[in-house]
Formats: sequence, structure tokens, C-alpha cells
Amino acid sequence: MAAQTGQGDERLQRISLFARMMKRPELGAVAGLVLVTLFFAATADPVMFSLAGIVNFMTPAAQLGILALGAALLMIGGEFDLSVGSMVAFAGLVFGVALTVLGLPLVLAIPLTVAVAALVGAVNAEIVLRTALPSFIVTLAFLFILRGLSLVGLKWATGGSTQLRGIGDSVQGDRLLPLFSGDAFPGLFAWLAERGMIETFRNGAPKVPGIPIEILWFLVLTALATWVLLRTPWGNWIFAAGGDRNAALNSGVPVRKVKIALFMLTACCAALVAIITVLEAGSTDARRGFQKEFEAIIAAVIGGALLTGGYGSAVGAFFGAIIFGMVMIGLTYTRIDQDWYQVFLGSMLLIAVVFNNAIRKRVTGER
Amino acid sequence: MSEPFIEMKNIEKQFGNIVALAGVSFDVRPGECHCLLGDNGAGKSTFIKTMSGVHRPTRGEMVVGGRTVVFNSPRDAMAAGIATVYQDLAMIPLMSVTRNFFMGREPTRGRGPFTRLDIAHANRVTMEEMQRMGIALREPDQAVGTLSGGERQTVAIARAVYFGAKVLILDEPTSALGVRQTANVLATIDRVRKQGIGIVFITHNVRHALAVGDRFTVLNRGRTLGTSQRGQITPEELQDLMAGGQELVALESSLGGTV
Repeated sequence: MAAQTGQGDERLQRISLFARMMKRPELGAVAGLVLVTLFFAATADPVMFSLAGIVNFMTPAAQLGILALGAALLMIGGEFDLSVGSMVAFAGLVFGVALTVLGLPLVLAIPLTVAVAALVGAVNAEIVLRTALPSFIVTLAFLFILRGLSLVGLKWATGGSTQLRGIGDSVQGDRLLPLFSGDAFPGLFAWLAERGMIETFRNGAPKVPGIPIEILWFLVLTALATWVLLRTPWGNWIFAAGGDRNAALNSGVPVRKVKIALFMLTACCAALVAIITVLEAGSTDARRGFQKEFEAIIAAVIGGALLTGGYGSAVGAFFGAIIFGMVMIGLTYTRIDQDWYQVFLGSMLLIAVVFNNAIRKRVTGER
Repeated sequence: MSEPFIEMKNIEKQFGNIVALAGVSFDVRPGECHCLLGDNGAGKSTFIKTMSGVHRPTRGEMVVGGRTVVFNSPRDAMAAGIATVYQDLAMIPLMSVTRNFFMGREPTRGRGPFTRLDIAHANRVTMEEMQRMGIALREPDQAVGTLSGGERQTVAIARAVYFGAKVLILDEPTSALGVRQTANVLATIDRVRKQGIGIVFITHNVRHALAVGDRFTVLNRGRTLGTSQRGQITPEELQDLMAGGQELVALESSLGGTV
């Protein structure tokens, strides 16, 4: 026995730090982020990496990233949701109607919006689980259903228009507003500006008045999702449900419960993005969240999530979303024609998929 | 000889008008390896699924630990100490050995919203239990996909033993394995048996069965063709029983007795 223990120890040392890093699912996303950063460091106006520039690309990254986190967890759990983009529009409609038509305060309008989203998520999940059809096709149907309902609903609520306005007025002075809108820590930034530690305008006001609230949500949710995935039984169940449904069931994992919860979570992420962006714009329209489902899935895939489920990470999706924001906004800081954006993203996705696939096969010994 | 831990008495199972089991009697004693042999379609799968709570027998009685039981689900069987290791359906290749080991039964620390996996404990237990089965893992967070087929079976067996199995049903654990890995799994079976756990070893390979079995029961067309003790039956006799006798005699002579 002693000899065996010795052998075990000796073999332990062979795992280098490098090999450990190679095993992390988010490796590809980190590498991608480094590449993209280097690219823009070389080609873009240095303003891009000033505080204002960073906030500039982190804001859309955070809005996408919140969706990508939900998408990543759901993908690890072995399912897709193509309806998240339309869900943003639909949740925006519910939220807008709750505020303007029903005149509800945020404290009621937000739970209502989230509850409606969760319900739609649960319906998606029930259909997928009961019919055993691929979630891809079921949620594709909901992509159109929810987009269409948003259009019809907006016309009904506004008497013919596809844009619902007046949200800014209806929430003015609401005590919950700072949690979902505007910038966090304005005091801190003003303090920093006073001491000349951050850039200011000529009148002494800081160029960046605070951290946009969605960035905070994004950070907190990434941390939370990572905690759940790696440090709770639920995380283990998510990996198991996506890795092999039968093996998970045989081992007593409540696969059904896990998948329903994940669909609901993804829809709630869409609702949160809807709430934040609708409050920011002061209006909602039927194109809100258009094609975001694809961008969220791409961010999750760049982050190492496997299309077949059972593998991926929240931190990866975090970096995947930042890559998105950087490329989207970064091109405006360069002389490159912005229309290259989609070419760039498509290539990124392709490289990420090939790279992740190769790495995964190597580290897990899958053949 | 000790009392049987499980007794299956005249188990019958029908699916509609198809008779899958037509009166099978079988028992397992603590610390023995009881081989259940049979050709494809003999009813082995139906029988073990009945024993592990997946199917309910149409007729017949199951006695576990001296009490008549009715299992409504695999969970009931597990709670009674009967664990089944399925050939391919037990492990998730992309997940680590530890995560597989504790899948569905994760140890936690803390309370309420701070309930978290006890990773250190889980890793330690996994390393220890695998060590006891003679497998030195490089590290507990090694993916199961990097293990060989035999090692995966061993993880599944170690897991069942750790969670208190008194009887272990192994469904064709050696059928997809190479020679050396088969030897490892057979050695694991022997080790587990010595801990006083009863083993039901399902196979259609007579040599594997004879290598570790204490008793041998042959199923054919949903019936038992009798149980024999180790040393009282030759490989040829077992083979004949499995194939239903006569047909194979003719076949074997034409193949020069190599089947």
C-alpha cells in the first residue's frame, strides 16, 4: 500500500501548472481576449483603452453577457434557447405595459416581468421535456412566437405604434430605479475626479460618472453562476444532465428539475436585460434583442461551452461577451470599415469551435 | 453457508402477451459472486431490471434481508442496498472522477444559501476508495474520459460500495473490455466480494464467469436451467446450457470445439 501511495504522489507532480491551465474550459476565451486586445492595441486609437473607452465597450458586453451566462448554463445542461432575443422584446413589452398602461411601480413591475419570463421559460422546458424534441426546434418556434406577440402587443398597447414611450416619466423618482438604471458609485467617481485621479471635463465633472449598472449585474451574476456551477450540488447536476442524461438519471440526479430551472433562468436573464435596456432607453420597441440569441450562444461557445452539452463555464461566457463588446465598439476606434464586424465575429466563432473541440478531446481523452 | 441476502422466488414477467421471464428463482449470499449466464434474449436484462426495481414482476416474490419487498423504483432498490452498475450508463466522460463518484449524492457543507460542495472531502474519499480498488488516480479532478473502460467500471463499482451497497449487480461489466482490463475488473470483483458484498455477475462469457464465480445460474428462454456450485460444472457444460444444448453440439463439432 505504501509503495502505491508513493507512486500516486510521484505521478501527481507531473501535472504542471500549464497542463492545469489547458484544462480550463475558459482557456480559449482568455486566449481570444488577449488576441483581440493586442489587435486593437495595435490598430485602434489609444482612447479605446482609457477608462471612458473601456466603459464604452463593457456596457454592450455586459448587456450581451447577462444573456450569455444564461445561455452558457443552459448549454452545459444540454439544451439551447433560441428564443432569448425575442424574450428580451417580449419582456420589454410586459415591463413597458406594466409601467405605462397599468401604472405599476417598479417594485411590482419588475417581479411581474420576471415572473412572465420565467413562465415562458417553463413552457419551453415542458414542451422540450414532454415531446423529447430537440430544444433547438422548440425554441426556434418561440423565437417567432414571442417576436410576433411583442409586435402585436405593442400595437395594442400604443394604439398602432411599434414603440412604447413614456417609460422615463413613469419611473421618475422610483426608489428601485438606481438598482436597474444609470451609474453606480457616482460619489466615488466624483471623489476620484476631484483629486485628478480620473479624466474630467473642463468643468471638473468626471468623464465617466460611474460604473454603468449593467456591468455590476454582469460581474455579480458571473460570480454567482461560477459559484453555482463549481461549488454546489446544482452545478454538478447541470454538468451531469448535459453530459449524459441517462447516466445522470441512473445516479439519482433530478434531470427534469434541473432543465426546467435552466430554461426559466435563461428567460429571466433576458427579462433582466429587457428591464435594464428599457429603463435606459425610456421606451421599448419590437426590435429589442434582435438576433441576441445567436450572439449569446456564440459568446457561450467562445467561452468554451460545448454544443453537445456537459462542458463549459460561466467565466468563459463572461470573456466571450467581452470579446463581443470589444470587437463591436473597437472597430469604431480604428480606420477599419465597421461592416467587417460580422466577418470578424463569424471567424472568431469558427476558430473558437475548432480550438475548443481539439483541446477538449486532448484533455478528456475522448476519441 | 450464510443466509441469502436476496431471494427471488419464481419470478415471472410478462410484457403484454410476451413472456420474458417464466419462473426464475435466484438468490445471492453476502460475500459470494453468483454468475447469471445466458445468451442474448435469454431474459438476463429483464431479470436484473426486476431485481433493481426498474420492472415490477408479474408474479413471484422477492425477499430482501428476510422480508418480502416490492420495489416501485430503482431508488427503492438502492435504499434496500441493491446497486446496479450498468455497462455504459453510469459515468459521464467529461466530468471528473470525483464529480462522477458523488453524482446525485453530493456531500455539502454550510447551510441555507451558503450550502456548498465539500470538495476537499469528496476528493479525499474518491482517492481513498480508488486506491482501495487498486487504482492510483493521478488526481481526483481527472476526467473520467481519460480512464480506460475497466477503470470506469471500477469507479462505478467503488461508488456503489462506498454508498453502502450490500448486493452489487454488474451488467456485463467485461463485455466491452480487452484482456488486461477484464482481468482488472475480475480482480475488483474478487476484492469487493471479500468485503462481504454479494455480487450478481451477468455475462455471456463462460471463462469470465468461471474465473471468479462461486455459483452459476443459467437462464434460457426466460427459465433457469439450474444452479451449480463452483467445481461441479465444466466450461463445456455451462456453454451447452447457455446455448440450449443440442444446437451447439452440432455447431461445435464443425468448428472443432472452439466456441
